[in-house]
Amino acid sequence: MGANDSALKSVMGQPVLRKEDARFLTGTGQFTDDVTMARQTYAFFLRSPHAHATIRAIDVAKAKAAPGVVGVFTGADLTGVNGLPCGWLITGSDGKPMNEPPHPVLAQGKVRYVGDAVALVVAESIDAAKDAAETISVDYDVLPSVVNPVDALKPGAPQIHEQAAGNKCYTWALGDKAAVDAAFASAAHVTKLDIVNNRLVPNAIEPRAAVASWNRADDAYTLYVTSQNPHVERLLMTAFVLGLPEHKVRVIAPDVGGGFGSKIYLYPEETAMVWAAKRVNRPIKWVAERSESFLSDAHGRDHVTHAELALDASGKFLALRVQTTANMGAYLSTFASCIPTILYATLLAGQYTTPAIFCEVTAVFTNTAPVDAYRGAGRPEATYVVERIVHQAAAEMGIAQDEIRRRNFIREFPYQTPVALSYDIGDYDQTLDAAMAMADVAGFAARKAEAKRRGKLRGLGYASYIEACGLAPSNIAGSLGARAGLFEAGEVRVHPTGSVTVFTGSHSHGQGHETTFAQVVAARLGVPVENVDVVHGDTGRVPFGMGTYGSRSLSVGGTAIVKALDKIIAKGKKIAAHLLEAAESDIEFNDGKFSVAGTDRSKTFGEIALTAYVPHNYPLDKLEPGLNETAFYDPTNFTYPAGTHICEVEIDPDTGIVQVVAFTASDDFGNVINPMIVEGQVHGGLAQGIGQALLEHCVYDAGSGQLLTGSMMDYALPRADDLPSFNVDTKVTPCTHNPLGAKGCGEAGAIGSPAALMNAVHDALAPLGVAHVDMPASPHRVWSAILKARANA
Amino acid sequence: MYAIDVQQPKTLNDATAALKASGGRPLAGGQSLVAAMKLRLSQPGTLVDLAAIPDLRGIRKDGHRLIIGAMTRHADIAASDVVKSAVPALVTVAAGIGDRQVRNMGTIGGSIANNDPAADWPAAVLGCGATIRTSSRTVAADDFFTGMFETALAPDEIITAVEFPSQKRAGYEKFPNPASRFALVGVFVAQGDNGEVRVAVTGAASSVFRATAIETALQKSFTADAAKATRVDASGLNNDLHGSAEYRAHLVSIMAARAVAAAAAT
Repeated sequence: MGANDSALKSVMGQPVLRKEDARFLTGTGQFTDDVTMARQTYAFFLRSPHAHATIRAIDVAKAKAAPGVVGVFTGADLTGVNGLPCGWLITGSDGKPMNEPPHPVLAQGKVRYVGDAVALVVAESIDAAKDAAETISVDYDVLPSVVNPVDALKPGAPQIHEQAAGNKCYTWALGDKAAVDAAFASAAHVTKLDIVNNRLVPNAIEPRAAVASWNRADDAYTLYVTSQNPHVERLLMTAFVLGLPEHKVRVIAPDVGGGFGSKIYLYPEETAMVWAAKRVNRPIKWVAERSESFLSDAHGRDHVTHAELALDASGKFLALRVQTTANMGAYLSTFASCIPTILYATLLAGQYTTPAIFCEVTAVFTNTAPVDAYRGAGRPEATYVVERIVHQAAAEMGIAQDEIRRRNFIREFPYQTPVALSYDIGDYDQTLDAAMAMADVAGFAARKAEAKRRGKLRGLGYASYIEACGLAPSNIAGSLGARAGLFEAGEVRVHPTGSVTVFTGSHSHGQGHETTFAQVVAARLGVPVENVDVVHGDTGRVPFGMGTYGSRSLSVGGTAIVKALDKIIAKGKKIAAHLLEAAESDIEFNDGKFSVAGTDRSKTFGEIALTAYVPHNYPLDKLEPGLNETAFYDPTNFTYPAGTHICEVEIDPDTGIVQVVAFTASDDFGNVINPMIVEGQVHGGLAQGIGQALLEHCVYDAGSGQLLTGSMMDYALPRADDLPSFNVDTKVTPCTHNPLGAKGCGEAGAIGSPAALMNAVHDALAPLGVAHVDMPASPHRVWSAILKARANA
Repeated sequence: MYAIDVQQPKTLNDATAALKASGGRPLAGGQSLVAAMKLRLSQPGTLVDLAAIPDLRGIRKDGHRLIIGAMTRHADIAASDVVKSAVPALVTVAAGIGDRQVRNMGTIGGSIANNDPAADWPAAVLGCGATIRTSSRTVAADDFFTGMFETALAPDEIITAVEFPSQKRAGYEKFPNPASRFALVGVFVAQGDNGEVRVAVTGAASSVFRATAIETALQKSFTADAAKATRVDASGLNNDLHGSAEYRAHLVSIMAARAVAAAAAT
């Protein structure tokens, strides 16, 4: 079925109010911390205060005897428990597999970052657990530490793992180096750029939490956990770490308050708790405090990059050369290894026809929290490299920012990039044109002049980004090192009275799936949206699932549901053919009715559903009763959302404050099911991207390895008054390879906006001779850059 | 939070007696202390809650002096017509503290007793040359703020009120730390009825201080340009990931200039 079928039209594209909002707005959501079990105990994790230390001894005797303590466990107790696995094996350019040092659930003889979990205390109350933890004596032999990935590669740097000489995880490369070198040799102009992609702390509004329990009657475990992908959590925990039979562990990720990637991963805390729940024979609850989230959630970004762009005299890109050092943190988190490689280097073509690209990435261990996917995951980093260097090249060559992009846009599809991806469709001129019109680029010169009269500096910045979403297909991903599949599962259960429950492997933690997926089902089956409920986040109810990340839910998870709907409709046609005494091939299904083509004879969807479950007049010899279908969908290609963001800033040279005065986003997400939800996703993404560019910066002290930005006192999240009223719109080129024509919208805002904002900052500061400012463009940094430029002038 | 005892005396005498007997700490609005206790960074043992002592609350004029009870909340000061007509810059200070929750719980007495290096009230109190009344004496602002989180208060001494002399003009401008929104630099500029100019700076150093170079410049010419043109010595100023000492010194001049402009506008 194609995207233009009439059945798809009814509620598709409508801003249906979110079904889930009633419970969220009235405080009746059920989050992990809302789960309370009989005889529940509380967990507290004693964490390392040192960035790098050998543990000589741990004395837990006092803690075990402390009031209210139920159990105290350290790494030494976890016999038979393996380390946490990494889900993607990167093979280095030397042909060797990446270095994969063990990632113990609780520290084994050594701690490698501030916050590394050392002991688990289980007690009758959280205060009793904390009091007991204070009595644990850990004899640390403190070692020198290193937090910066470039420093970690230097000779003599502290060695963090025995299994990773020189702290290197891998050096990996993509692209044709010889072709790139040749293109540079003949280039009319070369632009060079050194940039840092600043480290971020995810800060979901709901901190990580878990409630683990074990049932002696059937030797089965239940884990409530803040997860974006409960099936993956279960698979990794049972098969790789605890050695438990998968069917004996039920993982439930109930309402989850935001993830941004940080809740994809299997973490030490819930793993230790599942193990301990059987040992103490009591349910155990843990809810991270915000300080723990800062210390122990997987962080994002943290790249140091040198890039060079070769151009001909007319501004056509000839080649791009990129060298990146990526911080992995102290251990490999679940998908850490594929972020700066598979999801980064492959995006370096951007929207452009650059014929030759070469990228080399060195991934490095440091004494910092693990780094993994954070909203955009590799693609914001790639966009930042490409769009910053394009901006700088245009500025150096005196070519207008829109013009240099137009001279290089890809216009013929499918397009095979020199970095492995094949773009199926797009229209980059359309989104650039729309963004320029919405941003009133024509009026910018007048606004700049007016700002100058007030002593302020205005700048305009562009980012024409592309992303690859809905990571796929499984077999190609497998050949690139993925240790998991990348399909999605959906089950459609039609009840006897015609209402529908959908079970999806996608997980909603803010995305509005309960509404968007219900719209898809309602449109297909011709039933009201309110007759469709969506169930997600429970391995006990949903057949299987790979979860939500990489903007994949609609294009992959939604398509699995569509495939199941196709089976429902096909079976319904068989039932209708029997009831209407017609050939199956003559049955049409439209607007909730099965009818015989060319006649007025029909059966409603509800009548077919009832017949399936009350099969009195039914072809029982040829057809099973019931109307319940499951489908798994493995995509044939990535989807390629793309668009142009334009940011306008005003800088106060007296203080260095950068104010975002306008932000415009024209995005192509393919077909849109619910424009209101899409707009909300874009707004949230823009807030995070602007946060990265302007405010957010995770800083470890270079000497001590302490986290200096360990709370909201020092880590600046964007607030409403840091942001302008966004100007957003969508254009549509439907994805060619999924039946919904959908591409995904969850990450785009965070991908395009940092580069657009920083290009605007550089545009504003260019008249002062400021060459470069790294993110975040804090007042102090901008003021210092202005001061330095004035001193050099 | 560690286990604590809480006492709630009804009179000032009972409160000082309770402090003396328990060795505990007074609780005003709790906006700094309770947060520190929740993080187990503070273990007071006993809290002596001052909320039930009616005499500590309220705003009144006494001749040329504005008297604000120590337990008066920031939100009440921000909304006070008496304050607005007496020293309008104090409304600016109160309205800009923390967030709505902090302003509805936090008190002026609690703020100056805590003397957080980046708090707003110390700048206003020092800038106005106010007098702090306590359970046992009165202390001039110039003698009250003695160092980072340090004041002239004895352990069992309780602030009862702050007396602000009326000002010819005054203004406050804060450059917020992008993360905490506390003052990275906050400057309170005031010219008293006797013509004396006082400039108090918060956020920039380990404790609130008077920017004497700017005071001298403004004494000659009470203009924004005079403040902006005055260089402030960076030595001794805070240097951290949010701003170098030089940046803070620069911001003192800039914020002083803006405070002068604000003062002129009132």
